[in-house]
Amino acid sequence: MTQAMPLQGPTLTVAEEERSARISLFRRLLKNPSGLVAMIFLALIVLSAILAGVITSADPNAASLQDVLAHASAAHPLGADSAGRDVLARLLYGSRFSLAGALVTLVVAAVIGVTSGLIAGYFGRWFDSVSSWVAGLVMALPGFVVLLAARAVLGPSMWLAMGIFGVLISPAFFRLVYASVSAVRNELYVDAARVSGLSDARIIARHIFTVVRAPIIIQAAMITGIAIAIQAGLEFLGLGDTNVPSWGSMLNDGFANIYKNPTLLLWPALAIALTSVALTLLANAMRDELERSSGSKKRRGATKRAQVLVEHELVVSHPDDARTEAALGEELLRITDLAVGYDQADGSVTTVVNDVSLVVRRGEVHGLIGESGSGKTQTAWSILRLLPDGGRVVGGSIFFEGKDLAKASEKEMTALRGKKIAYIPQEPMSNLDASFTIGSQLVEPMRVCLGLSKKEATARALQLLARVGIPNPERTFTAYPHEVSGGMAQRVLIAGAVSCNPDLLIADEPTTALDVTVQAEVLDLLRELQSELTMGVVLVTHNFGVVADLCDRVSVMRNGRIVETGPVRTIFAQPEHPYTQSLFEAILEDGDAREPLQDTPSVETIVLETIGKGASK
Amino acid sequence: MTDVLLDITNVVVDYPIKGFRKEPFRALKGVSLDIRPGETVGLVGESGSGKTTLGRAVLGLAPVTSGSILYRGKDIAHLSRGERLALSSEIQVVFQDPYTSLNPSLTIEQILVEPLTVRKVSQRDASKRVRDLLDQVGLPTSAADRLPREFSGGQRQRIAIARALALEPRLIVCDEPVSALDLSTQARVLELFKEIQERTGVAYLFVSHDLAVVRSLSHRVAVMYHGEIVEWGDADQVTARPEHPYTQRLFLAAPVPDPVRQEQRRADRQRLLAVQAEQNLQAGVL
Amino acid sequence: MIRFILRRLLSGVILIFVISTVAYLLLYLGGGDIARRILGQSATAATVAQKAHALGLDQPLFVQYGQWLSHAVTGSLGSSWFTSQPVTAAITSRLSVTLSLVIGATIISAIVSVILGVLAATRRGWVDRVVQIFTILGFAIPGFLVALALVTVFAIDLKIFKPTGFVQFATSPGGWAATVTLPIIALALGGIAGVTQQIRGSVIDALRQDYVRTLRSRGLSNTRVVYKHVLRNAGGPALAILAVQFVGLFGGAVIIEQIFAIPGLGQVAVIATTQGDIPLVMGLVVATAIIVVVVNLIIDLLQGFLNPKVRLS
Repeated sequence: MTQAMPLQGPTLTVAEEERSARISLFRRLLKNPSGLVAMIFLALIVLSAILAGVITSADPNAASLQDVLAHASAAHPLGADSAGRDVLARLLYGSRFSLAGALVTLVVAAVIGVTSGLIAGYFGRWFDSVSSWVAGLVMALPGFVVLLAARAVLGPSMWLAMGIFGVLISPAFFRLVYASVSAVRNELYVDAARVSGLSDARIIARHIFTVVRAPIIIQAAMITGIAIAIQAGLEFLGLGDTNVPSWGSMLNDGFANIYKNPTLLLWPALAIALTSVALTLLANAMRDELERSSGSKKRRGATKRAQVLVEHELVVSHPDDARTEAALGEELLRITDLAVGYDQADGSVTTVVNDVSLVVRRGEVHGLIGESGSGKTQTAWSILRLLPDGGRVVGGSIFFEGKDLAKASEKEMTALRGKKIAYIPQEPMSNLDASFTIGSQLVEPMRVCLGLSKKEATARALQLLARVGIPNPERTFTAYPHEVSGGMAQRVLIAGAVSCNPDLLIADEPTTALDVTVQAEVLDLLRELQSELTMGVVLVTHNFGVVADLCDRVSVMRNGRIVETGPVRTIFAQPEHPYTQSLFEAILEDGDAREPLQDTPSVETIVLETIGKGASK
Repeated sequence: MTDVLLDITNVVVDYPIKGFRKEPFRALKGVSLDIRPGETVGLVGESGSGKTTLGRAVLGLAPVTSGSILYRGKDIAHLSRGERLALSSEIQVVFQDPYTSLNPSLTIEQILVEPLTVRKVSQRDASKRVRDLLDQVGLPTSAADRLPREFSGGQRQRIAIARALALEPRLIVCDEPVSALDLSTQARVLELFKEIQERTGVAYLFVSHDLAVVRSLSHRVAVMYHGEIVEWGDADQVTARPEHPYTQRLFLAAPVPDPVRQEQRRADRQRLLAVQAEQNLQAGVL
Repeated sequence: MIRFILRRLLSGVILIFVISTVAYLLLYLGGGDIARRILGQSATAATVAQKAHALGLDQPLFVQYGQWLSHAVTGSLGSSWFTSQPVTAAITSRLSVTLSLVIGATIISAIVSVILGVLAATRRGWVDRVVQIFTILGFAIPGFLVALALVTVFAIDLKIFKPTGFVQFATSPGGWAATVTLPIIALALGGIAGVTQQIRGSVIDALRQDYVRTLRSRGLSNTRVVYKHVLRNAGGPALAILAVQFVGLFGGAVIIEQIFAIPGLGQVAVIATTQGDIPLVMGLVVATAIIVVVVNLIIDLLQGFLNPKVRLS
């Protein structure tokens, strides 16, 4: 018992891309083309702002009557404006004030938004409600009008205006930080840190700030762009500080002289537009890079583990026994050598199901059992031809009523789905559309598939709801999905699946999300409906108990292949494939319960004594 | 007997409901339970039964309205953050979802060192301890500088167990620690739990919805229903010969992985439901 | 549902009250010697005092505010200090012009972004990439730069549209269209970019939801699922963005009106701001606040219609 456990299962292979996840965002941005271009451009703008005095010797504010609207020349490389001031110098010095102004906005917004967001998101309580209300209020303010009002009172100070704009835009930071913090706060790893005794400050610094850091940087780039635009807008209106050379005031001057010299408008417009675009591109590139590396957020089921598929595997196939022979009906579905693949970004195809062959007869329940990633659900979805994005049948055939579904058109499939082949999903709640009543989600398909009138469909829906054991069909019919329990929702989904009298039912883990007592009821319901409608059923599950309860025949899947198939009693009695045998060995149901703990043995007391050293201090 | 590690008496937990003057939701309605050193107490129930809440109350993560939770004679139901810190080397936790219980952006070493740093263990000792912990849960030491996402569910759960073991606790609250795992992985992780217990003498409060899992690991089992413990006793007694009507229903509802016996169990269940319905009817009439 | 509306209305009234109070305090406290500013440096101290008395500036602040508020409730927002025109009249006479721009831009951005967003999300591939580039540019480039470019190209170089001015719709619908087309395009572009991005994102998100597979498994066509179920679920977040855009458009309109010389609220706002005509600025703040509240109420009602959870909670 006490020997060390041998480490089985997938070995620790580390793909290159996963390693690169730890490389900093900055380094990854350098490899992203648009991110790199944006960063180079922004670096140039910053440099030219700092080195304005070195690049040009001209004074941005020195007016000269001789040079009014002068064209490009050695003295004025980009010409001169309506007051004879050097355009290049004004452009360079202007970038100084644009950037500095945007920086003021950014700092004010970040300080207010991030701190209040952290506090409200992490500690919640009254500060949460108050700050959310204030943020909503500030966001509802017509920002530009407020800026005008402030200008009316406080006079033309660029710094003050940008500071006020920082306050006005701080809810953008607040909402972002608040949302991510309150999501992270309830993560289990934060609970684990609490149990480990970490202080709030350390939890925020270690677990929470690391999560919100990147989104904050992205938001900062966006807000800088907006601030530059707003500042330019104010100055363009002539509401800025006239002593300060700026892109906005240059625009104003250019617009006033648009008939005389349109290039005066061009330079500042280009500067503003390119800077804004660069900032937006940078933000987008950062988001793309982050999304690429956040595969870890996907939960179980969504994770597509790259699998090493066994090239060929012997399929252990058991002959029919007396029970299955007696129940032989017509053949409904014949899958031969099915392969399912997913298109990868690099053009290759990853195969997740291979060489799968199975037959389902009318009135027969065929179980597909396997662990996660075994390809059982992929097989089920490919029968319906409802694989997720990028997935498709890449080989083999799926014959149903003489038609190969693998090659059928989308239109033919739409005609078959619901009417001939139906589907019961795993998660009851997420499989109902929260925006529509339960009734309308039952009625709509019946009107399409069976061509019923609304009244007929409603009557039939109520009948079905009663049939699947819903106590008050009328009330459930008008209810929204979030108003019923998970067990009820699953009954609704079953009602929907059988609403058009299908011949074949694909049930994907139909009871996995349910409590045991509800599961037993739903299994009973499925058995009754199956025999009532003499449907063929493909039942996907990972639970041997469910297989034992419902299935006539079972196929065991591993790594996208069937390893053993046959009548359910034969397989449970004499599993032959080593993998099937190992699965049966892992079943706990038949094991003995543990004996009650004997009076504390001396060994344990000693161990406890040594462990207890910290506690007595 | 002084030899009780954790003594829970009449614990009530209320969760406030959002909204003005709404009645709070009573998740636990006076629950009593005790755990001895080195013992596994299984807590079984369906969703909403309050089993997870009880685990969280022991960890100080759920608001205890009344009642007491005595850990070695000291009430830990309402501790300050500082007092909790002192307790963190005594009581630890392993959560259900191995995908969210590890911070995705920290390496395994950083995750395992976290509880140690609170104890002011030096960096070198901590690294040594990390290798030791990984060894204890059957992972190679090379796992230390990898990220959680590079591991499968079962391996992640081993990491979570290693984190719980870091401070050598006497009690680990295990909240559905194997429900998210595949069958074969589940069996191996359960073996690991047993092996660690036999080696270190740690006690478990083992929360699960799965009667078979609880039965295989627990010395004693408590069955929860609607915020109350309805049955409480030795594992074999509760999981094989339950007395309370709810436990009986629960027991017969779980399908047994054998077509022949399941057919029998299905019939037993129908019969039980019929009998209980009859009894309820009579109780209603009376 | 009625309770829902009443609650939103009440919070709207509170919002207007808070905004006007803050604005009032800000404007009057920061305004300095107002009577002196109106009369200019040459005025004698006596006339300044007289003017201050006439404007009620010699009374305590809360009395002034109380008077302003009691007038405001009856719809009177005082008179401009410089033209003596009643503020309410100054605003209402210009309101329709600005509203026609802003509402026009909102309708256009709503329609265009639904089309672009759904196309990008369902077709993906090159369609998606083109839409993406368009939205990045539309979001990044400030609307008034677009306006300047439009004026330069279409009005000054090509002479297709009139560069400046405004013709009332009632006077000449054709003339109206000729004068508002460019401003509306300039205003709408930013909004289209933002809302398209949102719709694309939430449609992609909604398409990945489990219920889409389930609905399709019942025999509903992909198109039907997208336009009936997916779009309705994606609509909520898109509406929220549209509401924010609508408020932002009032700011944008200030600059756009200046460029196209359109006699709307924006022009009034700029003149009032440069002159320091506080009653007028104040009136503008209150007027826009009311519009914001009304728009948010409408959006909230639409949200409630789209999402039953909002309605019932």
